[in-house]
Amino acid sequence: MFHAKIVVTLRKSILDPQGKAVEHGIHSLGFTAAKNVRMGKYVEMNIATQDKGEAERVVQEVCRKLLANPVMEDFSYELEEKKVEAAV
Amino acid sequence: MSKLKIGIVVFPGSNCDHDAHYVASTVLQQDARLIWHKEGSLGDVDVVILPGGFSYGDYLRCGAIARFSPIMNDVVRFANSGGVVMGICNGFQVLAEAGLLPGVLLRNESLKFVCSFVNLRVENAETRFTARCKQGDVLSIPIAHGDGNYFAEPDTLKLLEDNRQVVFRYCDGSGAITRESNPNGAAKNIAGIVNERGNVLGMMPHPERAAERIVGSTDGRKIFDSLIESFVYQSLSV
Repeated sequence: MFHAKIVVTLRKSILDPQGKAVEHGIHSLGFTAAKNVRMGKYVEMNIATQDKGEAERVVQEVCRKLLANPVMEDFSYELEEKKVEAAV
Repeated sequence: MSKLKIGIVVFPGSNCDHDAHYVASTVLQQDARLIWHKEGSLGDVDVVILPGGFSYGDYLRCGAIARFSPIMNDVVRFANSGGVVMGICNGFQVLAEAGLLPGVLLRNESLKFVCSFVNLRVENAETRFTARCKQGDVLSIPIAHGDGNYFAEPDTLKLLEDNRQVVFRYCDGSGAITRESNPNGAAKNIAGIVNERGNVLGMMPHPERAAERIVGSTDGRKIFDSLIESFVYQSLSV
């Protein structure tokens, strides 16, 4: 089985008012060194296959078709193989 | 002319479905029917309305999950075969996610949910949704959304302008397109667009909430009356 950690972010060219608001909050806390705060989404999922290529294909297709809208968002992911203990 | 058959799709979380049904049936005296999103077919309809609301709680992105509801396959087929589809507010977001209209609706620039009457300038009075208006008319119609900030790539925006697909823009009371009259940060003050073929309209404002004097404006009726009239002309020209 594979475990995917997916991050969806607004494309760089798109204004992120939510990130701006959070940045404002961070600055109010006194951390004025923090810059360019951007918000995104984190999604994780297990993919029931032994085949890494198949797992990649599933993640990419799910991201393209549902998790990210290419008009406004980019995605990136990490895949990690997980050992599943044999069912008793 | 016989009554128009207007189908209003109900997603889990739709909340303007009954307003649209009421206007279509009681105010406009047409034949209106609610269609549950799990149905596989629209049945016999002339017009499909995707109503406002918060389908699937706006999870992930507005309209992103509704776009995969079973009924949407038939909505896409209907639209691609020239059927008339109107997406209002969340319905516009669903149409954008489904790729039936270009662009996307982002979070309002102010991060605030905005619920108020706005002024809309009619940018193209030659569509079947606006033929009852004149170019430059200012309509008073309410908005109620948190994600109405229309965004598209510059190339797409240029195409929309070149093809006269921008139907409504936010404006001030005199019809001037200003930054102050833009309630959500939408590119070029865009409030509503049609597809290239002109049979699919998406708009953030709610014409169904402005169809009777008692609710403060009847300007929304001009859109519905244009639509009904377009079918009369269509039947005459056949």
